[in-house]
Amino acid sequence: LEELRFKSAPVPGEGSNVVSYGSVSFGWLWGQSGAVLGSGFSCDGSIGKSFSRRIHFILLFSRQGKLRLQKWYTTLPDKEKKKIIREIVQIILSRNQKTSSFVDWKDLKLVYKRYASLYFCCAIEDQDNELLTLEVVHRYVELLDRYFGNVCELDIIFNFEKAYFILDEFIIGGEVQETSKRSAVKAIEDSDMLQETVEEYMNKPAF
Amino acid sequence: QMAPSVFCLLIRTIRTARTQAEEREMIQKECAAIRSSFREEDNTYRCRNVAKLLYMHMLGYPAHFGQLECLKLIASQKFTDKRIGYLGAMLLLDERQDVHLLMTNCIKNDLNHSTQYVQGLALCTLGCMGSSEMCRDLAGEVEKLLKTSNSYLRKKAALCAVHVIRKVPELMEMFLPATKNLLNEKNHGVLHTSVVLLTEMCERSPDMLAHFRKLVPQLVRILKNLIMSGYSPEHDVSGISDPFLQVRILRLLRILGRNDDDSSEAMNDILAQVATNTETSKNVGNAILYETVLTIMDIKSESGLRVLAINILGRFLLNNDKNIRYVALTSLLKTVQTDHNAVQRHRSTIVDCLKDLDVSIKRRAMELSFALVNGNNVRGMMKELLYFLDSCEPEFKADCASGIFLAAEKYAPSKRWHIDTIMRVLTTAGSYVRDDAVPNLIQLITNSVEMHAYTVQRLYKAILGDYSQQPLVQVASWCIGEYGDLLVSGQCEEEEPIQVTEDEVLDILESVLISNMSASVTRGYALTAIMKLSTRFTCTVNRIKKVVSIYGSSIDVELQQRAVEYNALFKKYDHMRPALLERMPVMEKATTNGPTEIVQTNGETEPAVLETKPPPSGLSCRSAAFLFSTGIPSITAYNKNGLKIDFTFERSNTNPSVTVITIQASNSTELDMTDFVFQAAVPKVEPWRAAYSDRLRASCKYFLISELVMAAYSDRLRASCKYFLISAFM
Repeated sequence: LEELRFKSAPVPGEGSNVVSYGSVSFGWLWGQSGAVLGSGFSCDGSIGKSFSRRIHFILLFSRQGKLRLQKWYTTLPDKEKKKIIREIVQIILSRNQKTSSFVDWKDLKLVYKRYASLYFCCAIEDQDNELLTLEVVHRYVELLDRYFGNVCELDIIFNFEKAYFILDEFIIGGEVQETSKRSAVKAIEDSDMLQETVEEYMNKPAF
Repeated sequence: QMAPSVFCLLIRTIRTARTQAEEREMIQKECAAIRSSFREEDNTYRCRNVAKLLYMHMLGYPAHFGQLECLKLIASQKFTDKRIGYLGAMLLLDERQDVHLLMTNCIKNDLNHSTQYVQGLALCTLGCMGSSEMCRDLAGEVEKLLKTSNSYLRKKAALCAVHVIRKVPELMEMFLPATKNLLNEKNHGVLHTSVVLLTEMCERSPDMLAHFRKLVPQLVRILKNLIMSGYSPEHDVSGISDPFLQVRILRLLRILGRNDDDSSEAMNDILAQVATNTETSKNVGNAILYETVLTIMDIKSESGLRVLAINILGRFLLNNDKNIRYVALTSLLKTVQTDHNAVQRHRSTIVDCLKDLDVSIKRRAMELSFALVNGNNVRGMMKELLYFLDSCEPEFKADCASGIFLAAEKYAPSKRWHIDTIMRVLTTAGSYVRDDAVPNLIQLITNSVEMHAYTVQRLYKAILGDYSQQPLVQVASWCIGEYGDLLVSGQCEEEEPIQVTEDEVLDILESVLISNMSASVTRGYALTAIMKLSTRFTCTVNRIKKVVSIYGSSIDVELQQRAVEYNALFKKYDHMRPALLERMPVMEKATTNGPTEIVQTNGETEPAVLETKPPPSGLSCRSAAFLFSTGIPSITAYNKNGLKIDFTFERSNTNPSVTVITIQASNSTELDMTDFVFQAAVPKVEPWRAAYSDRLRASCKYFLISELVMAAYSDRLRASCKYFLISAFM
């Protein structure tokens, strides 16, 4: 702490400065005289903050930017969601091959990966394990693949509700619920069996 | 099935639309049909219609008129209906719509349904979008299901409980009993979600945390089994058994081990085992290693373990995979303060990352590099960082420049090196340097007494070719103004002294004054520098006088004011000029930030040195006087139209370093004077300048703005006086 304070002593002249060393930030606001008007210390990550990690939302979109799936684990107005989607699609589509799979975005991190013609994007909290999130994305793709058999974008377009069902057997509230591929897919297949046939559907009373 | 062919037909049809307008038309037609179908309360087609609506919603079209229909589907007995209904609810509804509360009863019923997949739907929906009210109403049901032996439901109930706790933290306690034997489960889904639930509870409550510490041995055992167990096809990922569960356990161990010696010790071995045995060829292994490193660094681990962790990060840095490098840099940034020496060992790899193509990696590498600079490596590190400054993206330059200044200040091996480094930054990234760096640099230069000649020469040469970078020009102008005499007398020892005449020096300063590229502040620096040279140069005083008088009619108020005052210095107060424009003394670095004896107001009231008599009503009077010494004769600052304002000065009896200024305003007319507004403009002096004003006081300097000058002033007087004083004394 001593060292940090020295390293970032207020500079004469009115202004403010925030110095971050990893997850620790010191901020000063000072007046013309050099007198410190206010200071703040914020600290996150492994030093005391909540470990609450969860996926905030998942987006699937094509290389042309068409949305194929959106799952939100936070409450936001529709307009806001649309804005976020536009923004994120634009950011990710403009990334080149040489960059990492992680993008700092607002106070979240976007973890994305392209599989064939689809981009899978997960928004996680800044302190979450990005590498594991890549595994989460990969697992979801594997589940889709297992269910549809060599899944492709068209499967997800024409059976989008199934894509959601599969996701909901894998993740609830932004947290992984099932780590066995077999179990997750079996649950979907069993549920599919429960669905009424056309005849049954017509004959069964709704209420 | 629910007539998939019709549904697919819709999608296929919409996809044939060739333009946005065509698509919109199709959608509108379809929506109209759906709306009328909803109005007819058709049970048979509701499901299919909602499904269509959801598809159109994904394309971006409004679908809110389907919200109630989703509720009807949820209430239906048919599983097909429920499935789409719940999906629709999750997509179209949220807690901001009142209608969502209507779901509560349906969910309650479904939570008690005889079919687990229906229960599952309810749990999932509640766990994804349940509002606080819903959570309150249904927490009891969730708690019941948390105790079921059905692992399919139990795992979902656990995550549902997590959501309930996040929404309504007060309800956390009620889930405590159900957590009793959660970890005894064999089912990985239940184990995973249980660990998530326990983590959530421990994060939110120190009491819970203390309570669950006893689980450490059990968690260690589970983790050990995962690592040691043979191949399990169900949970295997590239040879690693259930990495998701491993990571969550590691995370929970982290929370439990923090600040607790016993717990930390109990997990020491397993951490070492995971750290050394995990396969690193694929991302999945590295994900686990990453979490392990984070845990080791955060608990009270042995030093050997910590070194192991940092070395893992060091190896990450060498990995071809960009993602791994990214993660390594992020973690190293977190640990560099606590494990400085260990991170130092990887310095060269970190510096290499400055050349990475990924912007996020570069940024982290830069921050980490600055954190690693010390007295031993400063020369090498600065070389790398200066090179980085040269070649990096504009978004980095300001931070990099500031970082270099700070590091140089702290670790400069010699004054010459320090000046050279500053010069390098100013010339490389001159326009990105922050404004607040300029006064700091000026102070540094002032204090490097033996380098003055060298510094002014280098700065002069730097702006000769290009005077567009404002911070550079400001610092250079200031230096030339201060040390111009050294420049023309060719006193530089550090390098070959250049031949330059007084006129040439004035040429460059005048060019700065004239240039379109010069900011107002920069012009001020230049003008003041020219003025100062009037006492340092011998042959060109007339030229200086001329320049100063020209700017007396500048449209820039700042310049005008300065010029007018400098003019006054030449004319009426010429006897004071040499002393006033003397070389600045070495300034002590401020150790405190408190105000000195000079009043600093910042707009608030502070214990004022300035003592004033309550002003009588009268004309609005704008006048100011700045005095810093004893023995000053009283002055009549204003005497016009019957209003006379006198200033008298005395040393304070109680505190001799304080000067008391008394203002006496008198009205010699018959009439009352109303709206007398006295505004005292008091210089706000930075601590380092306060030191200088001590010097001023000692040599009895003062400066008064003459009545002629006052008359010309606008409201800017208040602010500009501050500038004037500072600029003059600069």
